[in-house]
Amino acid sequence: MFSTRNFNRSKPVLFILILFPSLLWAYQFVTGNLGVNPIEKLMDELGLMALRLIIITLMITTLSNIKPLKSIVVLRRMIGLFAFYYVCLHFSTYIVLDHFLDMKFIIQDIIKRPFITFGFISFLFLIPLASTSTNNMIKRLGFKLWKKIHYLIYPVAILASMHFYVLVRADKTEPVIYMGIIILLLLHRIFKRLTRPQLAQ
Amino acid sequence: MKILGSEITPYKTYLNRRKFIKGSLASAILATVTSSAFANHDSDLSIYTKNLNENDKLNSYEEITTYNNFYEFGTHKKHPHLNSGNFKPRPWTIKIDGLVKKPQTFDLEKILSNVTIEDRVYRLRCVEAWSMVIPWQGFQLSELIKMAEPLSSAKYVQFVTVFRPEEMPGQQKRTIIWPYREGLRMDEAMNPLTILATGLYGHEMPNQNGAPIRLVVPWKYGFKSIKSIVEIRFLDTQPETSWETLAPWEYGFYANVNPNVNHPRWSQGTERRIGEFKRRETLMFNGYEKEVAHLYKDLDLTKFY
Repeated sequence: MFSTRNFNRSKPVLFILILFPSLLWAYQFVTGNLGVNPIEKLMDELGLMALRLIIITLMITTLSNIKPLKSIVVLRRMIGLFAFYYVCLHFSTYIVLDHFLDMKFIIQDIIKRPFITFGFISFLFLIPLASTSTNNMIKRLGFKLWKKIHYLIYPVAILASMHFYVLVRADKTEPVIYMGIIILLLLHRIFKRLTRPQLAQ
Repeated sequence: MKILGSEITPYKTYLNRRKFIKGSLASAILATVTSSAFANHDSDLSIYTKNLNENDKLNSYEEITTYNNFYEFGTHKKHPHLNSGNFKPRPWTIKIDGLVKKPQTFDLEKILSNVTIEDRVYRLRCVEAWSMVIPWQGFQLSELIKMAEPLSSAKYVQFVTVFRPEEMPGQQKRTIIWPYREGLRMDEAMNPLTILATGLYGHEMPNQNGAPIRLVVPWKYGFKSIKSIVEIRFLDTQPETSWETLAPWEYGFYANVNPNVNHPRWSQGTERRIGEFKRRETLMFNGYEKEVAHLYKDLDLTKFY
């Protein structure tokens, strides 16, 4: 049931499912159905979606350690690229719609406001990940180097969740849940690392 | 409808007029307005627009009542609108205590029969860098302060919001320390711009906007304008306020709108006026510099933000 073939088959459906929200929000934005403060709403929805997708890519790696779910890892690249897609939309909403390309203001904002700094660094770290996502790039870089580059997903996830945490004014439940999940997933990886050398011998 | 003009009207008369208008026009209005939320909405906006600055436009009733920060009903902007249906704003009393001649509890109706309700169109600037223009109905806080008869030793006024977790679901969670508290210096409280509002757009104050009575201090960030007030205390020391207690490095006691004082979370240099696409420059004291700047001439506003 959880064969590579079946996971690959589910990709088109998954593709549409993950793409759909962005199309819906774009449509709602244009038709004036995103509420009273549509730019803020659009930015929040896009950012939240990106963070959730980042966490899902981390989860996929963990799940693929469970024998019967090994093949789920074939979905990771697509979801990772979608995370980047949503981050790009989130960032361009901030640049274009929120601040109308006022670069002087934006640079000040990135430097002065820690939560924007976190989000911006997280975005920067995602660029090498997205741009080395093809099979060709894996070959060119070699798997070892490629893998090292892709460890950047850990600071990306942590910074993105901090970006959200700092933004929330009072009820921090939701960002704390995301941070908790990320920490658990990272702990699992550390645990795996520590136990692996013995297996290698 | 012109009868409702910004002329000063005693509250009783005002209410009676509203009843009369509602009665005689109800069928006509119901026939033309589909949404019941707008059924008794003032259709003649010129009443309010004549009080507007040339750069301002009134926000709609819908915008003002569906996009609120009122954590007592939840932390999302839409929560107050969605979750405030069970709140009962009447009967209502306000307790007056602290440094006053005689501590007492006023019935809201009694207060309202002693004051004059007037229209005030104010800009409201939230610390989150969005703003609106709202046509309030209310009376000057100074009128209530005169009724309360504070002692000359009273230098500050503290306000407390009602605590009713069963009617205010947001209070079931400790997002902030309930009840919500705010405060003003006495001269700020006595300033003619400072009002206690009991309505907007000619409606009784909607629950999500702070029914039945709330503070409006237009030159300060919105969180100073405390809602659903049940207690007013007169003090000789600066009172603790909710947001300052929660994050003193972000929110000060004064919280004057000031584009030049940086905030770690939002730039205060610009703001988004709800309903507009491009941001606008934030004005010093939210554009009320002429009326209030003198209150702070001896104060370092970067320190006392």
